[in-house]
Amino acid sequence: MIATASMQTKVAPPPVRDADSEIKLDARHVDFFYGDFQALHDASLSVQARKITALIGPSGCGKTTFLRVFNRMHDLVPGTRASGEVLLDGHNVLSPDTDVINLRRQVGMLFQRANPFPKSIYDNVAYGPHILGWSKIQIDQVVEESLKDTGLWEEVKDRLRRSALNLSGGQQQRLCLARALAVRPEVILMDEPASALDPIATLRIEELMQELKKRYTIVIVTHNMQQASRVSDFTAFMLMNPKRAGEVIEFSPTDDIFNRPKDSRTEDYITGRFG
Amino acid sequence: MSLPRIRALVDRLVGGLIVLCVSVAAIPVLVLLLFVVINGLPGMLTPGFFTDPPYPQGVPGGGVLNAIIGTLEIVGIGSLLAVPVGALIGIFLSEYGRNQVGNTVRFISDVFTGLPSIAFGIFGYTVVVLTTHHFSALSASIALAVLMLPVILRATETALVLVPNSLREAGLALGAPRWRVTLEIIVPAALGGIVTGALLAMARAAGETAPLLFTAFGNDIVQTNPWQPMGALSLTIFRNALVPYPNLQQQAWAAALLLVALVAATNILARIYVRRIQR
Repeated sequence: MIATASMQTKVAPPPVRDADSEIKLDARHVDFFYGDFQALHDASLSVQARKITALIGPSGCGKTTFLRVFNRMHDLVPGTRASGEVLLDGHNVLSPDTDVINLRRQVGMLFQRANPFPKSIYDNVAYGPHILGWSKIQIDQVVEESLKDTGLWEEVKDRLRRSALNLSGGQQQRLCLARALAVRPEVILMDEPASALDPIATLRIEELMQELKKRYTIVIVTHNMQQASRVSDFTAFMLMNPKRAGEVIEFSPTDDIFNRPKDSRTEDYITGRFG
Repeated sequence: MSLPRIRALVDRLVGGLIVLCVSVAAIPVLVLLLFVVINGLPGMLTPGFFTDPPYPQGVPGGGVLNAIIGTLEIVGIGSLLAVPVGALIGIFLSEYGRNQVGNTVRFISDVFTGLPSIAFGIFGYTVVVLTTHHFSALSASIALAVLMLPVILRATETALVLVPNSLREAGLALGAPRWRVTLEIIVPAALGGIVTGALLAMARAAGETAPLLFTAFGNDIVQTNPWQPMGALSLTIFRNALVPYPNLQQQAWAAALLLVALVAATNILARIYVRRIQR
């Protein structure tokens, strides 16, 4: 058992915000279903602009599900349903009249495994701008900027027309990040972006995140608690309830979660007693 | 005997079995190919084989120019009809066909795959020949197109399903509409499989005889008008193999060799092309 029954009483995470903070993405009371199975129960999270927010918790607790609700990637899976509200700059992402295509341009995503298109390095980064119908000159410019932002430019500038599949795993993941940046999103969702990378490539990604948070809002799902404590400003701890639906147990500044957890289940998890 | 030795023995035994199975499958094919080459080469080297139409029975010489043009034209028109339609249906099945409509299409396509090829000939005969009142290359093309369709669409679907879902997600996460992701990312990623499927279908169509018997009908005169009866290599093989004249029998062997060579050449060219664009 992961926790005693008395501890399962609902702990509504108090919204954490500074007086002058700007909330970019505000999930309120989100329930999520795969068919009849409830994967998220009353999940709330207030993501601050230009900060890194980490979602941690044991496998199967709904971190990735929660993340994918933010840009409606769950639309692709038949039989899924989300209720509640996810406000992006005050507009509810989950409402049926949301333009999903526009939403995904604002909220980009980096996946667990690098998934470059089987095209050239240039075409990978240029694909988003190409869809947006930008001019050749604009695209050339944004490709260079995005590759520079991800520290790839010096490594690949002489072989932009070569296949992206020849790059190393870490380079491929940075290319995918450059591809996401090229459409100038406001929020970047990262689903365990470094789980398939070696420590050095992981470090590169983490350093990039610190650079990028000056301009972008980042939400990252991670299995790795050290990574969450290293990179994030805020951390949400998630856990399955007895019905196997994921809940947000505690959401605080990262420092508080790791040093002064309010919930005993959070403490159990970060001290390695389960999960 | 010790355990490692037994393992080594079993390993060799199974290895030997596999070699045996491969041989059983490969030897007949190789023997067949060898037969066709040995019997077909002399006929192919006969002067006029590639450049002359057939001469009347009993007259020495003559070639299969009518049949070469006929096969290329009939299969060409058939492919032009079947490849785009088949590829589009395959795309539909893979990307939008996880439902009752898709399952119905798949079922019908599977039934078509199992149909004897002469049934497609009857189809071309009733639908085109009977309505236009004469045999034509076009009726043969239509019959072959229907025959090719299931092969192409299933190959396309299989190739597209093999493209990792992560590529679809990557495209959609950039804010690309579904149809653009399908056409610009998923289809190019699966192009090798799609082209291979189309070629398999063309190769099968090029070798078919039964659907041509009462559609293209055959024609000893060099004919390029698709509204007229037309010869084909498979028809040449079929008819010449049944006559008692050795020079025509030799011509049948040579036509068979030519057909094999044509199919092989198309395959090789397409593979080179796919490899080049995927680089």
